[in-house]
Amino acid sequence: MRRPRLTWAWLAAGLAVLAAALVLGATAGAASITPADIGGELLSRVWPGMDSPLDERERAVLVQLRLPRVVLGAVVGGLLATAGASYQGVFRNPLADPYLLGAAGGAGLGATLVMVFGQSLDAAPQAAIPASAFVGALLGVAAAYALGTTAGGGSAALVLAGVAVSSFLSAAQTLVQQFRLDDLQRVYTWLLGGVGHGGWDEVRMIAPYAVVSVLLLLACGYLLDMLALGDEKAHSLGLNPAAVRMLVISAASLATAAAVAVSGLIGFVGIIVPHMVRRLVGTGHRLLLPMSLLVGAGFMVLVDIVARTALAPAELPLGVVTAFLGAPFFIVILRTTRHRGT
Amino acid sequence: MRRALTTPAIAALAVLPLAACGGTGTQEEDSGGGNAGGEFPVTVTDARGELDIDERPERIVSLSPTLTETLFAVGAGDQVVAADEHSNYPEEAPDTDLSGFTPNVEAITEHDPDLVILGRDAQDSAGQLEDVNIPVFVAPAAETLDDAYDQVRTVGKATGHADKADTVASGMESDIDDTIAETTDAIGDTDLTYYHELDQEMYSVTSDTFIGQVYSEFGLDNVADAADDTAGGYPQLSAEYVVEQNPDLVFLGYSGEDAVSEVKQRPAFDTVTAVGNDDITQLDPDISSRWGPRVTELADSVSESVIAAADAEEE
Repeated sequence: MRRPRLTWAWLAAGLAVLAAALVLGATAGAASITPADIGGELLSRVWPGMDSPLDERERAVLVQLRLPRVVLGAVVGGLLATAGASYQGVFRNPLADPYLLGAAGGAGLGATLVMVFGQSLDAAPQAAIPASAFVGALLGVAAAYALGTTAGGGSAALVLAGVAVSSFLSAAQTLVQQFRLDDLQRVYTWLLGGVGHGGWDEVRMIAPYAVVSVLLLLACGYLLDMLALGDEKAHSLGLNPAAVRMLVISAASLATAAAVAVSGLIGFVGIIVPHMVRRLVGTGHRLLLPMSLLVGAGFMVLVDIVARTALAPAELPLGVVTAFLGAPFFIVILRTTRHRGT
Repeated sequence: MRRALTTPAIAALAVLPLAACGGTGTQEEDSGGGNAGGEFPVTVTDARGELDIDERPERIVSLSPTLTETLFAVGAGDQVVAADEHSNYPEEAPDTDLSGFTPNVEAITEHDPDLVILGRDAQDSAGQLEDVNIPVFVAPAAETLDDAYDQVRTVGKATGHADKADTVASGMESDIDDTIAETTDAIGDTDLTYYHELDQEMYSVTSDTFIGQVYSEFGLDNVADAADDTAGGYPQLSAEYVVEQNPDLVFLGYSGEDAVSEVKQRPAFDTVTAVGNDDITQLDPDISSRWGPRVTELADSVSESVIAAADAEEE
């Protein structure tokens, strides 16, 4: 394991990338607000007496729609990348992703239930969808974890339990959709993921879960490093592998649930970003996790720029963009892993 | 049962060059059986080509809510033995739990139909039905008002009610023309823009769609038209784009008690003219998504909203 001595330099670089992505994100979009306008708006706020070039509506677009969208993208990307890196550490498998244990299936079922049955009750406020997706994701992982521990609790047992629970949940979701095919479009849109339908409310909604889960995961970095040595070795160092697994899985699942709740199911980010970061800074989790957080946040902001400008003024689902990036990425991984033995 | 597949996909509907004879368009029940316009065999054009109907169909299964409305309007209601789960109009439509999206051929044959009407989405089932010797009419979705009038006449011809159907179609046409004329007279020369929302995910319609055509007739400009080349007329718009375009009118094509207030509460929507003037209209989702006889009611709703919005503009 390489011990990078440039930890702070890497983190500073990660922050710089994120900052650049955020600025770029704020200036790109379907509405015609130029970077100069945004500069003028900022100046007018700090410079008394100077007029902003934006009218009231443009300001509302910038402050209430575009900025929260950029922030939400960053939060979701950071959460998914950090959760992915943590899952990969726990399962010692570079292809483990945040949805491995049923978070996706649970969230999908939860959201679908609200979209399909909420409407027939005539009480399906938009806010119920993230709440049910969040709860569904957590329940999905809890079910997989419970099933896995009864089967021994090793990572192989957990993965199998995750596969079983995920299949069951997606089958249940498909069944629910069959009852109301007219809502298919809405469910489908939600599943494809996006960060453009929220505002600051969504950011506020997931902020506490995001902060708690990320801090927990960052603190678990050195535990994951010990776990990487193998269960027996970790045990001899006084670590309880099962307890570490449970802690990390819980925190990573909380992060995933928070991300899914506001953005639907966005795939690949949790795999692509940790991989890129590992190539840069090595496999030590103490640096891998914070770097994944920063790079994941920046990456998602950039992907969202593509999603909202490629077909402007129409939207492209975020999940479609990440999948397009993900497939070739996997091929690259497959071609290079043989030589590197990640 | 011969079928000539001349136009495989796009239906060029059989246009009957009939002069509009100013019918009333009211939906009095023709008690069936009447032989007005009922010469068989007839050949009609559906979404797949030409279809020969040898005898007057007496046991029709309609799996398209729009066509169910049309069948009853042209006086073929008595010949309809079953309709799909969404065929909720008129009251006496025999709606069943049959699905119009994923038709179950066995369940359909239970009704012993001599004509099955499918929507375009269910076209794949047509082959199976024809395998068991049931004639199938695949109804194309209307893209223009003229398509809608023509489809009424086609349905009339296929069911033995050509004359009544012609009266209904002409009535629809004159009703809508009157509504448009009254509206344009009332509002004068204003340039109103509108945004039609299909669901909360901000899917919209361009002017290339049927409902977009209806709005165009009123001289409204559609903010979604800039996204013309995506999603076949049903693009998903960016919230920031809709706000920036600042439509004068917002139409919602979905149900839900709080739909209007939810739109008002969206971030930045408070700066939109339609929200400020309260010009958000929640249309009946059935009326706004069908191209049957009740399209006149859609035109009335749009007219009402347009006149109100024009008044708000002047104040």
